[in-house]
Amino acid sequence: MRASQLPLSAGAGFKPEHFEAISAAPQPAGFFEVHAENYMGAGGMPHVQLSFLRENYALSLHGVGLNIGGMEPLDRAHLARLKKLCSRYQPESFSEHLAWSSHGGTFFNDLLPLPYTEATLASVIDHIDETQTALSRRLLLENPATYVRFAESTIPETEFLCEITRATGCGLLLDVSNVFVAARNHNFDAYAYLAAFPLDLVGEIHLAGHFKTTDEEGAPLYIDAHGSPVIEDVFGLYESVIARTGPLPTLIEWDNDVPDWSVLRAEVLAVQARLDRARSRPVAPAAA
Amino acid sequence: MTHSFQTAFAEALLDPNASLPRGVISHNSAEPRKRFAVYRNNVFAGLADALEARFPATCKIVGAEFFKAAARLFAAKHPPRSPLMMFYGDEFPAFLAGFAPAQDIPYLADVARLEMARVRAYHAADAVPLDAAALSAIARERLADLRFVLHPSLQIVASDYPIVTIWAMNSGAMELAPVSDWHGEDALVVRPQTGVEIRRLPPGARVFLQGLAAGEPLGAAAALALTASTNFDLAANLAALFAGLAIEIKDEPIEVPPT
Repeated sequence: MRASQLPLSAGAGFKPEHFEAISAAPQPAGFFEVHAENYMGAGGMPHVQLSFLRENYALSLHGVGLNIGGMEPLDRAHLARLKKLCSRYQPESFSEHLAWSSHGGTFFNDLLPLPYTEATLASVIDHIDETQTALSRRLLLENPATYVRFAESTIPETEFLCEITRATGCGLLLDVSNVFVAARNHNFDAYAYLAAFPLDLVGEIHLAGHFKTTDEEGAPLYIDAHGSPVIEDVFGLYESVIARTGPLPTLIEWDNDVPDWSVLRAEVLAVQARLDRARSRPVAPAAA
Repeated sequence: MTHSFQTAFAEALLDPNASLPRGVISHNSAEPRKRFAVYRNNVFAGLADALEARFPATCKIVGAEFFKAAARLFAAKHPPRSPLMMFYGDEFPAFLAGFAPAQDIPYLADVARLEMARVRAYHAADAVPLDAAALSAIARERLADLRFVLHPSLQIVASDYPIVTIWAMNSGAMELAPVSDWHGEDALVVRPQTGVEIRRLPPGARVFLQGLAAGEPLGAAAALALTASTNFDLAANLAALFAGLAIEIKDEPIEVPPT
């Protein structure tokens, strides 16, 4: 069974400032993805735009505020809002993050890291079980871009994700840019990470731009900023993935310093060209 | 144990002077302050951006640098309580009213209140307004007894300052120019379809609409408005009511059979 119902083609993160251009003519995007929280108002233009996308394209609903990686109970009111959105728009995919964003009643509006331990694993599994039950659907969990590690972590991230999928039956959203950023930040081999990643459970791929700075030791520090084009090194990683899996739904995310739609559209076409090449090649056997 | 760790991480995010949470490391350092600061910067930059998106004219009035500094101070004091960022900053106008560096801009907080109402209207529930045909279908002698349900997006922001004019000049709706007629303005914020409209209310209209919103019948609301302002123009206000402001007529008087 495929991990999501999204088409095996390139898609784009939807920005309201692109609505006029997108709605003016059919676009070469197989799907659009929106942040669920932006559509939790009662009515108005956001729902007009989302209804248009729903009617004309496959739709991915991407949550950024459920706090799956938090140690506190899930916010039931938020879960109810997600359920309402899923019922109304019937997206082909719902995804969330292996991260936390709320604690002690405060929402931090960022995807924050968690240690990988038996205790956090159990908590994340509970939260995903609860979410999938509430929404009556399988979710895709996204691997994070991180800047620090935790001394108490005992489980490698890929193993942590594997355990979660085994226990909950959820699928995965493989953010290749996050793998690239985390590998540089934590000095590990991105290809080795991908070799350990359960690619057969991937229902969607994310690609985005980042920028590079340095830490106080002079070591490279890569920031997952979603504000620039995808670089060739990341496309290289991506191509190694789709060479193994065949085409997968692939999203270009561009959330900051958002360019004209024509620029984002060109990125979508560049991804689609790579997917078309992967489709015409036989799938490589999985690494042993 | 993990829970207490998360508490320390959360506290250190909001307090730039806090020490690094215990157990946060990197491959090359036992004290990766700059790496941790990425999260702190993400949080504050994200919250400042969310406030700027909700209060763009307020930002224009004070300038981006001043706004960002104020937004960061506000965010440290009033971090979001909900993941719905489009509604973040309900306390921001009150914060600005008490913000010492903004005291020479006395109208700033009221413009922020207007912008807050604007975003609420943008996201308010959809409802189909009554039109002029609904008005013409009503017998004139029954009008005074009718009650109206106002559009769910409708809000009124009253001010001692010309906030509608100032807002218009700082949102691109009007050329920036000296305000020749400096007096208080009541702003009407409403979204009959998908576009939010912001209008300056004529004399008495605020009292009239507030009366209707409180469930007063039309006649009583008009009487209140006339008491508040002898310049209250009932015909003009009725026309406005049937041009996007009312969505339903309720509590129709009981029909008394002719004797």
